[in-house]
Amino acid sequence: MHIEDIAGQVITAFKNKTPLCIRGGGSKDFLGRTPMGQTLLTTEYHGIVDYDPAELVLTARCGTPVEEVESLLREHGQMLPFEPPLFEHGMSNDRGSHSRDADSESEKTPSGSSTVGGMVAAGLSGPRRPWSGSVRDYILGTVCVNGCGEVLKFGGQVMKNVAGYDVSRLMTGSLGTLGVVVEASFKVLPAPIKVATRMLEMDEDSAHQFLKRMLATPTPIDATCYYDGQLYIRLSGSESGVGAGEAAVGGEQFDAGDELWRSLRNQNHEFFTQNDTADDDIDLWRLSLPPATPVLPVEPPTLVEWGGAVRWLRVRFQEFDHDEIESLCKKHGGHAIRFRSIDREAEMNPPADSVSRRLFENLKASFDPAGILNPGRLYRDL
Amino acid sequence: MATFVSDINVESTLTRAEIATGLKQIVDARYVLTAQEELAPYECDGLSAYQELPLAVVLPGTVDEVCTIMRFCSDHSIPVVARGAGTGLSGGALPYKNGILLGMSRFNRIVSIDADNRTAIVQPGVRNLAISEAVQHLGMYYAPDPSSQIACSIGGNVAENAGGVHCLKYGLTVHNLIKLKVVTVQGELFEVGSDALDTPGYDLLALMTGSEGLLGIVVEVTVRLLPKPTSARAVLASFDDVQTAGNAVASIISNGILPAGLEMMDNPAIRATEDFVHAGYPLDAAAILICELDGIDEEVEDQIEQVRHVLTDAGAVDIRVSCDEAERVRFWSGRKNAFPAVGRISPDYYCIDGTIPRRQLAGILENISRLSGEYGLAVANVFHAGDGNLHPLILYDANKPGEFERTEALGGAILEACVEAGGTITGEHGVGVEKINQMCVQFNDKELEQFHRIKHAFDPHLLLNPGKAIPTLARCAEFNAMHVHGGTLPHPDIERF
Repeated sequence: MHIEDIAGQVITAFKNKTPLCIRGGGSKDFLGRTPMGQTLLTTEYHGIVDYDPAELVLTARCGTPVEEVESLLREHGQMLPFEPPLFEHGMSNDRGSHSRDADSESEKTPSGSSTVGGMVAAGLSGPRRPWSGSVRDYILGTVCVNGCGEVLKFGGQVMKNVAGYDVSRLMTGSLGTLGVVVEASFKVLPAPIKVATRMLEMDEDSAHQFLKRMLATPTPIDATCYYDGQLYIRLSGSESGVGAGEAAVGGEQFDAGDELWRSLRNQNHEFFTQNDTADDDIDLWRLSLPPATPVLPVEPPTLVEWGGAVRWLRVRFQEFDHDEIESLCKKHGGHAIRFRSIDREAEMNPPADSVSRRLFENLKASFDPAGILNPGRLYRDL
Repeated sequence: MATFVSDINVESTLTRAEIATGLKQIVDARYVLTAQEELAPYECDGLSAYQELPLAVVLPGTVDEVCTIMRFCSDHSIPVVARGAGTGLSGGALPYKNGILLGMSRFNRIVSIDADNRTAIVQPGVRNLAISEAVQHLGMYYAPDPSSQIACSIGGNVAENAGGVHCLKYGLTVHNLIKLKVVTVQGELFEVGSDALDTPGYDLLALMTGSEGLLGIVVEVTVRLLPKPTSARAVLASFDDVQTAGNAVASIISNGILPAGLEMMDNPAIRATEDFVHAGYPLDAAAILICELDGIDEEVEDQIEQVRHVLTDAGAVDIRVSCDEAERVRFWSGRKNAFPAVGRISPDYYCIDGTIPRRQLAGILENISRLSGEYGLAVANVFHAGDGNLHPLILYDANKPGEFERTEALGGAILEACVEAGGTITGEHGVGVEKINQMCVQFNDKELEQFHRIKHAFDPHLLLNPGKAIPTLARCAEFNAMHVHGGTLPHPDIERF
């Protein structure tokens, strides 16, 4: 498969005004509003184009499995620091994952590997994000196909580049509504020599107080989780740096750390998969907040990540008042996202203010004048 | 002195006097400048070769005033160029002759510091270094440190996505912002980003950062603060040839070390700075590397030893490790004073800002040295070696007829060589007016059209900083017609536009 094949499909769709549903491995079919349109499959355009460990830069095509990228990086002692979620295993909740268009390949194709294209489009990052930065912080350049089928190259393979508007970062997290990302370059980093996890038993309020204190120091913390009465803290760095960090954090050594952080990253931790009696009734909300926001008056179960900046909430769809949670988050300077929901027609995001909304619409029109790329996935009518 | 001719011609139907009268109804009359001698200080930014006087300078003091000014300008098609401290090096704040200059210097307050969330809200006119100074007592700092940090303002840092010497580890401005308050060209106030780590919808925060004043006016900035490392130490290594030094940079990185700063200087730069600040640099070295490591004490100790070994294996002829803070500062003093030092040995100098993949370093240096001979102008090189960002300094004399034009042409040729090597024409200084032609080398027409459509999405009548940063297709057609590929122009001494 060539870029021209992808561009050709977009050109045809542009001429016929056919909506396209851009899809890689399908691991994030659940995300956003209902996917609709003819499937544009990106998995055939795959492969790592360039990687030189001494440059700390890797370039890959959209269909490349993220696992392939990570395994190559691992061989050279490097990593994608933002730990993109793979969502591949143990997802008990894949309701509403199908495109509603007649010609939908996604109905035939089971969820597969997370791909580089999907990682960029979704813009999601894992446990290390507050300390390392997110997908958008590491993206250096993209080749993308806009809604007219034009192949455009923005940014590049160098760490510092301020020529032109930062379209690559704009693409990140746009859920494919501005363009098909066909190739992307990332800054990568050396993996830490030593990693350790500590576990501390305390209530949620104490955990917030504790983190507030610890995170104001340069202790090499790079992940935190509070769940079920336990605060877990990951330390990474050099041998003696981590040793000093462990002493500063205290608590007890937690041996299953790797497994814990992987399960949080991929959301197959028991919090996300636990079987309720009325499982179909459960929605997963993601609350994004200033990290020092105090304990929120919400019903458990909750799970707190990112030093307090992300709080997950499992709720019964029928009984849940989302207006209330949205206004609570807003009051604290954050927002609530309907991350996995039974209701795929409802907005995933809270409404944007009027100026932002107008700019979103103008930007969408500037990249995709016919409105054919993943229409309605990020916001209804966008 | 050179004049920039913008491709975009916007002119208000109002006269200068009418514009001044209108502005004086919005802000106190003393903050509207129209007399020649009052305008003169605003005629250029750090790229002083380009000068222009605006119709008027207005210095608002409140966000409401900015909104009202923008509504007034929108209603009467008056172009607006925003300016912070005016230290930019690409002409981003060069006035537009038919427009007004919006000076943000009165927005100089640190609004609040949130120690628990490790953020600070500052007005755009606050100096970069003032942020770190204001949070020092909390053991925190603001990471991006462009060399002008003592003078440059955060609003300008946002507009240019400013970098510094610690980018490899701590990122650029875009990595250290969480929220902006922005006034649109129509005078509406809105927020991009949020107090959380992410914000729903398109990443307007990333798009605004580095947009060079073309998309909106930043009136408030929320920055991310970092805990100050307890330890920072520098290693100074000398090399007999530049290629070996370049390879040493690659070895440090491939050995899993992420230095806080990793800088290189070549022999002409070493000589100029040593003569000026007496940092103790070896005058006979072909190149030196300064490698700084920071973090908690234990971590830094580990890494210093590792770096010492790597540099020895990589062929360094001399390695010195700073034993105290004074020595660390001394190692840096030469690098930090490289520009003024070069200013002492040459009547004028011109700083270039290309970025290349690091592996191309030896090739690009050869290219620069060849071009330097061809154009008959000396070049001293300082690099942010860690992230491949080159700052060749071209030495010239503006009083010699034709020499500035030749300097610009040499600069252009170096940037084109950077693009050819897989890099970019600007790593951190921005395009502005300076590199507007080289944008035609880096981007094709379709890509430039997409940029113009983005501009239209924010500013449909092209009133904000018109003609800068993104060239028109007509300019590129003209530029490409006279341009011979291979990095050189047929007649490097002719004036280009």
